[in-house]
Amino acid sequence: MSVLLAVPIIAPLLGAATSIGLGKSRRAQRLVGMSVLGLVLVDSAFLVWRVDTSGVLVAHAGRWRAPVGIAFVADRLSAVVLLTSALTLLAVLAFAIGEPGTEDRHVGFHPTYLILTAGVSFALLPGDLFNLFVAFEVMLMASYVLLTMGGRADQVRSGMTYVVVSLVASSLFLLALALIYAATGTVNMADLSEKIADLPPGLGRGLAVLLVVVFGIKAAVFPLFFWLPDSYPTAAAPVTAVFAGLLTKIGVYAILRTQTVVFTGDLRPGGLLLVVAAFTMVVGVLGAVAQTDMRRLLSFHIVSQIGYMIMGIGLFSVAGIAGTILFVVHQIVVKASLFLVAGLIQVRAATDRLDRLGGLAGVESVVAALFALAALSLAGVPPLSGFVGKLALVQAGAEGGAWMVVAVSLAVSLLTLFSMSKIWSAAFWGEPSEPLAPRASRVSDRRWYLMLAATAALVAASLVVSLAAGPLHRYSTRAAADLLDGSDYVGAVLR
Amino acid sequence: MTLVLAFSAAVLCGCGTWLMLDRHLSRVVVGVGLLGHGVNVVLMMAGVGGSRPAFVGGETTDFSDPLPQAMALTAIVITFGVIAFLLALAYRSWSVTGDDQVEDDIEDRRVASAPPVELDAQSADDLGGSLEGEP
Repeated sequence: MSVLLAVPIIAPLLGAATSIGLGKSRRAQRLVGMSVLGLVLVDSAFLVWRVDTSGVLVAHAGRWRAPVGIAFVADRLSAVVLLTSALTLLAVLAFAIGEPGTEDRHVGFHPTYLILTAGVSFALLPGDLFNLFVAFEVMLMASYVLLTMGGRADQVRSGMTYVVVSLVASSLFLLALALIYAATGTVNMADLSEKIADLPPGLGRGLAVLLVVVFGIKAAVFPLFFWLPDSYPTAAAPVTAVFAGLLTKIGVYAILRTQTVVFTGDLRPGGLLLVVAAFTMVVGVLGAVAQTDMRRLLSFHIVSQIGYMIMGIGLFSVAGIAGTILFVVHQIVVKASLFLVAGLIQVRAATDRLDRLGGLAGVESVVAALFALAALSLAGVPPLSGFVGKLALVQAGAEGGAWMVVAVSLAVSLLTLFSMSKIWSAAFWGEPSEPLAPRASRVSDRRWYLMLAATAALVAASLVVSLAAGPLHRYSTRAAADLLDGSDYVGAVLR
Repeated sequence: MTLVLAFSAAVLCGCGTWLMLDRHLSRVVVGVGLLGHGVNVVLMMAGVGGSRPAFVGGETTDFSDPLPQAMALTAIVITFGVIAFLLALAYRSWSVTGDDQVEDDIEDRRVASAPPVELDAQSADDLGGSLEGEP
């Protein structure tokens, strides 16, 4: 069964190699890319079923047993995030094939995208911290290339910031790893959960906070988020969509994984995380309200929504972490689909400045409908998927007695709705500053409908999240109980 | 020996951080390299020497710990790759802008290019300062 764990990492890497070889034919590259991502999607769906029915799945690389060898582990959390990521990556690749100007101009797009896929899967599955570091590097290396693929001056400028910030985070990660290894003599997460409990509590807490800082930079929490709204909007639309949907959430996943499995009991920095969560929500949404570019505005919302996930983690209760898992699944899908809508608008109107857009609702009513569904879902309007996630988090906060952060999260939801209505009234209602050119002059019908279908598929997936909220919440609750207990995970890895 | 290593790690990390705060891209790249080396030295120090070797068994006690060395080796390779990419990016920046400086970010430029705020008499009073040419 370990093949289930190998496919999401190895298939994209092999696909990337094939794709470089097929560089002359864009059609063949597309075929390879789509089929590899389809394979990963099917594999991860099977993995979710398998992990949910028969428990944590472990693969020991080269048959070296766990604390010595390298283990790959899938539990309920990693399986469901992997499934959502695979779905998003597939939809965004379909969008990229449709979009004129990114994928068709660069031989390197498909191979790099597949390596990004491998990096994302790799970051979700390792059983030890050092491989988590390597996975982050694989993912980031691909993201550096994708971010600066056009080679324009603004991409180079923001790419430089992004690369240097990521490198500082990676150096801190390595430093934390060295300290953890020096203190315990292992980097295997299951092994660590037992050995860190034996350390002096001050040392354990210090290591926990150091890891929060490291992954906080990757997840863009307050006050470490400043690089994100500056660098994401300069990339091509599909690239921004996949970054916005996935990369920060992988940081959140890493916080969730390390703070639950590795650190136990009162070593967990719950209070710190709740304060950080409140500030992240508020600062992100206030930044968003002040923006006039659609993609910059949405980038600030990424930061704001990260706050909700951190809030659920900071509660350290089954209900809180279940809420976070539900919210991560919803966010990956909705954030990516909002950025795809922004990409559709960019293609159609050749700008994403809100003061130049207008009247799109009458011309492109399907785009308007897709935006409305995704935006209302982001703000948390019932019965859409954002409401389900936020309800779970608010209930958990109320149960945990964290009233301040609950109040902040509700107020931030209102501001989110306000800034979404700002996009709506500026881009979809009113009159454009100059009349819109006919669609045929910008993009062919075939490409347009492919992009539209990819976006619609993601929006539909977010509707599925809200329709299947009951089973999904029960699944997240089981996953959260596993994480907080940890004995299943540790037992399966070290058995 | 440990003190020497700790000191050199501190110096490398300190110099790396200082260089990274510079506005010249070439210095930033060198800074990233130094920081990476500093962290690798810390990683080397993390090993617990003199314990039983992991794979071969037996009672030998003069083995150094191989795991941090393997990790440092991996980290060196990764840093090497990323620095190569950074150099390419710095070169591209130089060929696009003709300059080695980090450019201002968009927000800074927008604030700098915004028209100056006109204060009316009331808000100038609120600010507590008297504008020149006041009647």
